[in-house]
Amino acid sequence: MILFLGTQYFHLVRKSLGRRKVRTVFTVLSVFVAFVLFALLAALRTGFSGGVELAGADRLITIHKVSLIQPLPASYEADMESVDGVLDATPATWFGGVYQDKRNFFPQIAVEPAEWLAMYPEYVLTPAERESWLAHRTGAIAGRSLAEKYGWSVGDRIPIQATIWQRKDGSKTWEFTLEGIYDGVEEGTDTTQFFFRQDYLQEARAYGEGLVGWYVIRVADPERAAEVAEAIDAEFANSPAETKTSTERAFVQAFANQIGDIGAIVIAILGAVFFTILIVTGNTMAQAVRERIGELAVLKTLGFTDLRVLALVLAESLLICGLGGGLGLLLGWAVVGHVDAGSILSAFYLKGSDVVRGVVLIVLLGVVAGILPALRAMRLDVIAALRRG
Amino acid sequence: MSEDILIHLRDVTKTYRRGREAVEVLRHLDLEVPRGDFVALMGPSGSGKTTLLNLIGGLDRPTSGEVEVEGQRIDRLSGSRLAAWRSRHVGFVFQFYNLLPVLTAERNVEVPLLLTGLSRAQRKRHVAAALGVVGLSDRARHRPRELSGGQEQRVGIARAIVTDPTFLLCDEPTGDLDRTTGTEILELLVALNREHGKTIVMVTHDPRAAGFARRTLVVEEGRLRPAEEAVA
Repeated sequence: MILFLGTQYFHLVRKSLGRRKVRTVFTVLSVFVAFVLFALLAALRTGFSGGVELAGADRLITIHKVSLIQPLPASYEADMESVDGVLDATPATWFGGVYQDKRNFFPQIAVEPAEWLAMYPEYVLTPAERESWLAHRTGAIAGRSLAEKYGWSVGDRIPIQATIWQRKDGSKTWEFTLEGIYDGVEEGTDTTQFFFRQDYLQEARAYGEGLVGWYVIRVADPERAAEVAEAIDAEFANSPAETKTSTERAFVQAFANQIGDIGAIVIAILGAVFFTILIVTGNTMAQAVRERIGELAVLKTLGFTDLRVLALVLAESLLICGLGGGLGLLLGWAVVGHVDAGSILSAFYLKGSDVVRGVVLIVLLGVVAGILPALRAMRLDVIAALRRG
Repeated sequence: MSEDILIHLRDVTKTYRRGREAVEVLRHLDLEVPRGDFVALMGPSGSGKTTLLNLIGGLDRPTSGEVEVEGQRIDRLSGSRLAAWRSRHVGFVFQFYNLLPVLTAERNVEVPLLLTGLSRAQRKRHVAAALGVVGLSDRARHRPRELSGGQEQRVGIARAIVTDPTFLLCDEPTGDLDRTTGTEILELLVALNREHGKTIVMVTHDPRAAGFARRTLVVEEGRLRPAEEAVA
């Protein structure tokens, strides 16, 4: 708006806001707090839905029909790969251990290394790390966030206390050698997980031989994903371990929905906050205009057009919202960057699209809060206002 | 001689509505103000002095008749064009100064220049010159509340002349000042008229203030008469 008016008006707009400093500061603070909240809730929503957005469109997840915690036979892999439309299937098993302390919980999953890395190209290792993991049965890889959290380096020995899988020797301590630290190809890729080899688990655990937790399947044509999922489940129908197959996206979404519809909750909270802020800012602008009807009349007398007066008032409103909202977004972004939510959420960051949404919201708030007072200023009857003094 | 006439009102009538009643404030009024003139408009309260001033200044439009300034019919201009015209041609001086309290004297004087395409440096030069003319260069950084009434009115006059307008319209410029300070302001207006050639139309209640003008007209019953005729 200042650019529309011309930068020479910035001083006038800024000084007009300085007329009631305390009121302006509190209004800016209100907007500021609202946008800090916006940034935090947007990051939270990303945390809960990020996996959904990043889930591969060409991947299916097959679990036991009863529940995720029921195991499936390891022999299903070959059968699944024979289903029309399936390119590859690879097993995974939840380990569920803790590192050093019960509070140090993070996902540990037993996988087939080569197949897993082929299935998830978003997990990036150096060629040397990949080769090393493939070569060492007790080897494991960890995501960058996880490794940084615990200060791990490649080559470290990492003992994990099992809560499910006891070893054949009666011990509950499983030792792994960190062979690599993977990065994500894009922001939001989950780098809080720990993967180790399925063959190590199969060989050393006291029970559960020949069983795996679930399967990840790559399909040739994502358009036919539903059809392929039905075919897989039909393959194992009426067997002792019937399956339930869904797209990875639907699987992750269902997992997130167990907590609640985070998106709807976030929108409801933000809706209430922004409605309140709109009232606060709108009231500030209405008062600001009411207090200086005479001054606005003088500006019009001196040759300010109706539109220019409208723009001046809107610029004030936008400046309040821009200042509060901009600083709020900035602080929210900084806080999100420093919050360690890795043990709760796979991703907790402010997405570029949310920053854009925030900026659009700032502009909308500024315009909506200022438009009625601005219209009043624009329609001001100069002669009547000057007569009132 | 018509080229010497800066402001020309022909057969101007202005009617206001008060409820169902139509009040004719100005009736078939004619006025000619030559360039370089200093005219005082006097008359009782409610006689239509300020209405006349508003018509000349392009703040209001006549119900009928013509208002011509420098050969241009301003009563035919649209609202935005009239605003632009005011910014170029009219310098307004108010009874209660009407300065923006949040701005310093120099920033107040700068306000009309914001509507021009001048750079900040050019605007500063114009502001300094205007404040120099009214003798307030040393108060440039002061806010209105830090100035006396007379100084505030000088800032108001500096604001009125900073764009070098075609003419000045002064509405009771000494109405809020004591006699001594009022005299100083009137002497400043006389200087602007005599030394800088500014055409001035001033509304006043005060016959002593009117005495500083080149001529005085009285608004009575919606018409203009020379002061002597009115008194007689």
